[in-house]
Amino acid sequence: MAVNTQTWWQQGRVVETSDLAEGVRRVVLAPDRPVHAAPGTHVDLRLDLAGHVRKRSYSVVRSEDGGRRLTLGVQLAPSSRGGSRHMHGLAPGDVVEMTGPVQSFPLGVGADRYVLVAGGIGVTALVAMADALRRRGADYTLVLAGRRRAVMAYLGELVEVHGDRVRVFVDDEDVRLDVAELVGEIAGSPAAARTEMYMCGPIRLMDAIRRAWVSHELPEPNLRFETFGSSGAWAAEDFVVHLPQLDRSVRVGKDSSMLDALEDAGVDVMWDCRKGECGICQVKVLDVSGRIDHRDVFLSQQQKETYASLCLCVARAARGDSADADAAEPAAVTLHLP
Amino acid sequence: MTILDSPPITAASKIFNFPRNAWYVAAWDHEVTAKQPLARTIAGVPLALWRNSDGRAVALADACWHRLAPLSKGTVLGDEIQCPYHGLRYNSAGRCTSMPAQETINPSAIVPSYPVVERYRYVWVWVGDPDLADPAAVPDMHQMDSPDWAGDGETIYAPCNYQLVLDNLMDLTHEEFVHSSSIGQDELSEAEFEVSHDDRHVTVTRWMRDIDAPPFWLKNMRDKFPGFSGKVDRWQIIHFEAPSTICIDVGVAKAGTGAPEGDRSQGVNGFVMNTITPETARTSHYFWAFMRNYRLESQTITTQLRQGVHGVFGEDEDMLAAQQRAIDANPDHEFYSLNIDAGGMWVRRILDRMLQAEGLPAAAAAK
Ligand code: FES
Ligand code: FES
Ligand SMILES: [Fe+2]
Repeated sequence: MAVNTQTWWQQGRVVETSDLAEGVRRVVLAPDRPVHAAPGTHVDLRLDLAGHVRKRSYSVVRSEDGGRRLTLGVQLAPSSRGGSRHMHGLAPGDVVEMTGPVQSFPLGVGADRYVLVAGGIGVTALVAMADALRRRGADYTLVLAGRRRAVMAYLGELVEVHGDRVRVFVDDEDVRLDVAELVGEIAGSPAAARTEMYMCGPIRLMDAIRRAWVSHELPEPNLRFETFGSSGAWAAEDFVVHLPQLDRSVRVGKDSSMLDALEDAGVDVMWDCRKGECGICQVKVLDVSGRIDHRDVFLSQQQKETYASLCLCVARAARGDSADADAAEPAAVTLHLP
Repeated sequence: MTILDSPPITAASKIFNFPRNAWYVAAWDHEVTAKQPLARTIAGVPLALWRNSDGRAVALADACWHRLAPLSKGTVLGDEIQCPYHGLRYNSAGRCTSMPAQETINPSAIVPSYPVVERYRYVWVWVGDPDLADPAAVPDMHQMDSPDWAGDGETIYAPCNYQLVLDNLMDLTHEEFVHSSSIGQDELSEAEFEVSHDDRHVTVTRWMRDIDAPPFWLKNMRDKFPGFSGKVDRWQIIHFEAPSTICIDVGVAKAGTGAPEGDRSQGVNGFVMNTITPETARTSHYFWAFMRNYRLESQTITTQLRQGVHGVFGEDEDMLAAQQRAIDANPDHEFYSLNIDAGGMWVRRILDRMLQAEGLPAAAAAK
């Protein structure tokens, strides 16, 4: 299992774009220094978003010709942090700044069975894994879940290539993914302890699966997942951060992360992964008006429920389910920044 | 014969690159334990080798995900290895199972884990593309653990490019000059030899008929046929299997008793088992053993043969180290070939094609 966490920047030329599904764009890049991208890898892109340089991560759907053609799938998310809109505007000939393939979600070898679970655009992280498992002749199942068929990228192609190994769940057809049933079936199978699950999708889905996995006492290291901190319990909205020690308040736009907004405002904060994994950017919460949408995988469930701290790089404040969309007052958090 | 699908390359690179998509011996089975991880660099990749509670050998990259402290200095705890620095634990797949200072585990916390196969008393690892790691591709060294053969061996840490060791073993005329007191004799250079190959194997066959047995072989004949004296027919059949395993069928039989035609009953037969693992471009782990198919019960003979070959291979080691120094001291000088190099040149061509298939240059990057 090769793990490459080295990042180096290069230029990538857009060589092809097309629509994959409603709101999902395919972007094929030809990097300057091609390196084959193994299943599970992503590339980081440096995007100039309204005068701010932002880093965004995209899974490599497919690596062809020794990495000379890297395919990304980008969902235009109204609640995204602005990157997807930029990506959807790319045309052949455009040049982007990108890293080589970065691996933090490698596909293991030697498991008895593999279950890949894709929620929505999360499928982009799993297409290459499914192909690799098929070539290996491994025992695998590919679970595809989405809201509507029309927005599910790669659906037709995956069904055609992987046939019976694909299970499709579509909310608006009332064929919903039942997490308890899926994990229960794994736990009850003779290969339970030697089954690996790889999941990528909305954080709510992944949290539910993780809880089911733990409650069935399946080996935790066999549950693999990747999140770029880009989905939460509520859609992103504008909110306010109060920093009493600095005597400042900063407004966070819905396209921006709290970390980005604080940096733009000149507040010096520490960070490393910027995707809610490492916990370096964790700060104490003094007060909340509204709800905290944590979006990280660093804090435990219990830590999240007590609202004691949050990860600046991914967490947001939100007005919550009962919010009146037109309510004038945005949500707010007060943070302890000594 | 194979049909050429690409033009032949004159492959006389002096510092030969090594294929990554191959099984290499990392250790003797007894060197890898559940007590203490073993640090060893294989094909340029530093590894920590250990055994889990099932006794299965595990190869992880020898650098912790966190701050790259070597896991080989850590502790084996059942099915996990613990980093010696801040206590992160990993399972045999290289996945972090414990981060002592926090409640959750960072999902990116992984160290590379490499496919491992245990076979023929060795632990083999594959540092290339894991999807290509087919256990059926482990080179054949079945004499190592067959009930029909007995013997033992050692590891030489050779301060030279692995290809120099392959060259050394593919041409045994050097015995006459390097090993004159044990196995060398004039007839070696004089005897005809034949070379055959396919796309993974090269075989060099040499028979010397009706000659005096050199001291090493006379002793072996007398172990089987007490008091033996007289002429012998001697053979050396060198079997190379890609990328770097060479098993040499060697022996002598009473002259004229039909050994060249297939009846070896009036002789003694050994197999010199060699598998060379590149460590870096200029260093190699050279695993060897001498296996015999007579007097299997005698530990004395096993020990004597191991010690005898140890002495012989010590002479090779000195030559290989000196050769590598001379190569490095004369960077502008090329290699030239003699007719005796035919076997070694076929080995180079096979390796060259493996490297090409992996998109790697034939010459290793200078380090
Ligand atoms: S920077 Fe790593 S969790 Fe925020
Ligand atoms: S370097 Fe291994 S735990 Fe820190
Ligand atoms: Fe020798």
